[in-house]
Amino acid sequence: MNSRVANKIATGVFTAIAAIIIFVLVGLLSYILYRGFGKLTLDFLTSPSSDFQAGGGIGNQLFNSFYILLITMMIAVPLGLGGGIYMAEYAKPGKITDFIRSCIEVLASLPSIVIGMFGMLIFVNLTGWGYTIFSGALALTIFNLPVLVRVCEDAIRSVPRDQKEASLALGITHWHTIKTVLIPSAFPTILTGVILASGRVFGEAAALLFTAGLTTPRLDFSNWNPFDETSPLNIFRPAETLAVHIWKVNTQGLIPDVQEVADGSSAVLILSVLLFNLLARWIGSLVHKKLTAAK
Amino acid sequence: MAKEFSTASERLLKKSNRAALKMEMRGKSIVLISAILIIAATISITIFLGTKGLQSFLVNGINAVEFLTGTVWDMGKDGGNGPSYGALPFIFGSFAVTFLSALIAAPLGIGGAIFMTEIAPSWGRKILQPVIELLVGIPSVVYGFIGLTVLVPFVRNHVGGQGFSLLSGMIVLSVMILPTVTSIATDTLRSLPGGLRESSYALGATRWQTIYRVLVPAALPGLLTAIVLGMARAFGEALAVQMVIGNTKELPSSLLDSAGTLTTIITLNMGHTTYGSVENNALWSLALILLIMSFIFILIIRYLSSRRQYR
Repeated sequence: MNSRVANKIATGVFTAIAAIIIFVLVGLLSYILYRGFGKLTLDFLTSPSSDFQAGGGIGNQLFNSFYILLITMMIAVPLGLGGGIYMAEYAKPGKITDFIRSCIEVLASLPSIVIGMFGMLIFVNLTGWGYTIFSGALALTIFNLPVLVRVCEDAIRSVPRDQKEASLALGITHWHTIKTVLIPSAFPTILTGVILASGRVFGEAAALLFTAGLTTPRLDFSNWNPFDETSPLNIFRPAETLAVHIWKVNTQGLIPDVQEVADGSSAVLILSVLLFNLLARWIGSLVHKKLTAAK
Repeated sequence: MAKEFSTASERLLKKSNRAALKMEMRGKSIVLISAILIIAATISITIFLGTKGLQSFLVNGINAVEFLTGTVWDMGKDGGNGPSYGALPFIFGSFAVTFLSALIAAPLGIGGAIFMTEIAPSWGRKILQPVIELLVGIPSVVYGFIGLTVLVPFVRNHVGGQGFSLLSGMIVLSVMILPTVTSIATDTLRSLPGGLRESSYALGATRWQTIYRVLVPAALPGLLTAIVLGMARAFGEALAVQMVIGNTKELPSSLLDSAGTLTTIITLNMGHTTYGSVENNALWSLALILLIMSFIFILIIRYLSSRRQYR
């Protein structure tokens, strides 16, 4: 029968498509890890990068990436949680809520380079700070906020209604219910979402080009005074992250070992993102087991 | 005397301690501030980009029509005919890579989604779902880097041209937007009522007939949303494209020619131009085009979602 043949062909085509997708991912990952694995020495991971000579590491960039991630999350998570609570608990259906939803949609769909330019306009030029970690973190907060608001809103909404009503029926105020009932039971889901968002922030480069800058000053890792110029903890210094570093060495690099540095950096970046992903999954399944009492 | 409070809730509120009420107010204002910040950020981005982007037309006197249709982008530094700001090559480049990458990613993504939902729901989901999630997580610079080290030499040696080309940009972008398209298409297909499938099979239709006669038409607005969201991502992507496309300022005449996009010229020149100068303002106008395009993508998605029959 003709339709049977067509059916078989179609099944074959769809299976081939699935195989292509899997092949692309496996190819990408194994290529990056295979190329980069040999470079992942302790020396490469900890020594500072060099601008002209071969043999530079990515120590500062790695530190900057994690530090910017930390600062971003310190600003973005409370804001995202607040926005999520508002949308899930306080927002009444109407024009204002619709408008906030549209705003979230717009923020989520903005190209990251546009967010970077806005960050440069406000947090770099208008404030007069110049390229700083803090400007970068604020730009990344805008980049990240819509995702976090959605994650928190969904997490709070997915808490069983009975729990909330039981608390309200006991005469506990709305805010106290949110604080002591809703947030604790939504916490695992929120945490999973925050970790996944961290992976996104960790690999972001375009929003940081014009806000955190392309350079890192000499850092003295024995100086932990956050107000000192050479201290790694100073948030008002320029900082080049790992993702930005990969872009920079590839497009305007002057060092002879561009390939090696880029290989190693990409492997570190991918491994970190994989780690974030696995961590999120692991926490998710842990919580699922706990909540559903399945073994 | 007892008539002072009419309803039970008011009596309870009066009796409950005032500290709790104060906390309630404080909590509510904290979350309200977060919500207001989201609105403020969106509005200020629109206003600042709008005013900055219009400056090149209003202050520097660049003709808007020439800006959109001119093909020569020249800062006028090398002598010649003086500065000319024609953004058409970049606008064309952006749209070209976006549509071309959607052309590859749409069939692959929707095909993958159909595989996951219709052909092998159990193991397809177990394998493809994590693969898609991991692909989403790969940073765009890594895509660009692989494009630069693998794709560009491959195109140069086996297809022709410089390697840095529209073709390379389109392939990198299509891999980048593939997970977006696949995951949204999968959600759409999964949300279709099961009765559709079953009634089609009950009429004796084969799986392929069910897919293309029943499921795809029923899910069409959702599938188109998936493609449009993928295109929005491709349109705004900067670094991955910049690393492989070759960054010329001329209109490409074939797939193997180097090209430039709105995002690539911004990435390359933003740091080198003086803030407030004409060339800097012209770059802001390009950013304004990016902003307007993301509004347009949102409007298209809204239109599509209003046409969805099954949610």
